[in-house]
Amino acid sequence: MRSIAITVNGVRRELDVEPRQLLVYALREQLGLTGTNVGCDTTTCGACTVHLDGESVKSCTVLAVQADGREVTTIEGLQSNGDLHEMQRAFHENHALQCGYCTPGMIMAATSLLKEHPDPSDEEIRYGLEGNLCRCTGYHNIVKAVQAVAGA
Amino acid sequence: MIPARFDYEVAESVEHAIELLDGNDDAKLLAGGHSLLPLMKLRLARPAALVDIGRLSALAGVSNGSGPLLRIGALTRHHELANDPLVQEHCPILAYTAGLVGDRQVRHRGTIGGSLAHGDPAGDLATIALTLDAQIVARGPNGERTIDAAEFFKGFYETALAPNELITEVRIPKTEAAHWSYIKFRRRALDWATVGVAAVVESANGGIEAARIGLTNMGPTPLRATAVEQALAGASTDSVEAAAAKADEGTSPPADSFASADFRRHLSRVLTARAVEEALSR
Repeated sequence: MRSIAITVNGVRRELDVEPRQLLVYALREQLGLTGTNVGCDTTTCGACTVHLDGESVKSCTVLAVQADGREVTTIEGLQSNGDLHEMQRAFHENHALQCGYCTPGMIMAATSLLKEHPDPSDEEIRYGLEGNLCRCTGYHNIVKAVQAVAGA
Repeated sequence: MIPARFDYEVAESVEHAIELLDGNDDAKLLAGGHSLLPLMKLRLARPAALVDIGRLSALAGVSNGSGPLLRIGALTRHHELANDPLVQEHCPILAYTAGLVGDRQVRHRGTIGGSLAHGDPAGDLATIALTLDAQIVARGPNGERTIDAAEFFKGFYETALAPNELITEVRIPKTEAAHWSYIKFRRRALDWATVGVAAVVESANGGIEAARIGLTNMGPTPLRATAVEQALAGASTDSVEAAAAKADEGTSPPADSFASADFRRHLSRVLTARAVEEALSR
């Protein structure tokens, strides 16, 4: 076991992990942050996307020990004082989800995309979100939601 | 899926990493982890120990030597390569191709050194390194050596690196005057290349002076399509299709659920013609 400290959603959290512990399971099972979903578990679907030092990553393919001393933001960390983040609101208002399973990862990928690329075209949004799969095929409305935030 | 147990060490310096590797034949380097960790989760790789070099920030970044080479630190991530102004200016095919690796999240983690050291013939950056005659700088207990890309890729997942060596830098010849293209054929977003073709073409007097053609996933290593390169040297631009018909000469493409070997041969010919035409138009 190794003792590590990760700043999760602005709060320093200390935890003991096996080196093989994946970041997503440290978040879900040790810290109880179950908003981040495990989908494919093979670096494909993007459901487990979180921000590591401000950049989107697939937390099923990051060891918790790699996040030692770094900052992680999960879907739970986007809201402030009970108010939804503008991307969360845009997903709601544009009906950008059906079953909702991909949504936390999709929103984390979308917020990271806009941070690096504040005014993307429709095509750039699709390319920027290629690492996130939605099996209800709600892509059109997902793109609309991201456009709504980019254009706001 | 959880990897099998392993010991974990954080390298404090390049020398420390070499020391840790040197003492353990069954240790692997961990950089971005986006080739290694998926294999470990599937238990296709079970290293006894990981030496984490991900925090060696001195190994990241791009610098412009005064000579003809761009110097790229081994830990430079694909996302940085794709967006780096020096790479975009001096080696646009590398910036463009780095932006096609995996997906955005993968590009935030994956590194050029890790990608080359992994030795996957379906890796896009390995093909670019081979096509551009890159030099790979490796350090081990006996010091530093420079390996030409043509000598680096030895077989499927096999490279010229010794178990106690690590890549510190990749030196890429600048290509600014040349025309270029990389075409990656894949069935779905974020797949590996079924086949990829890189073309770097120098033109003169309306014809082709010289061309370099690299192939992704057409054998156990990235390959150069030397028959096409010979056919294009000094040729007119009308001869592209005839030259591209030789693209699969000397290749041994794999067959898998995405494509048969024959379909890959077909793709290599069609994509080579397209890549050369696209390069000439750029």
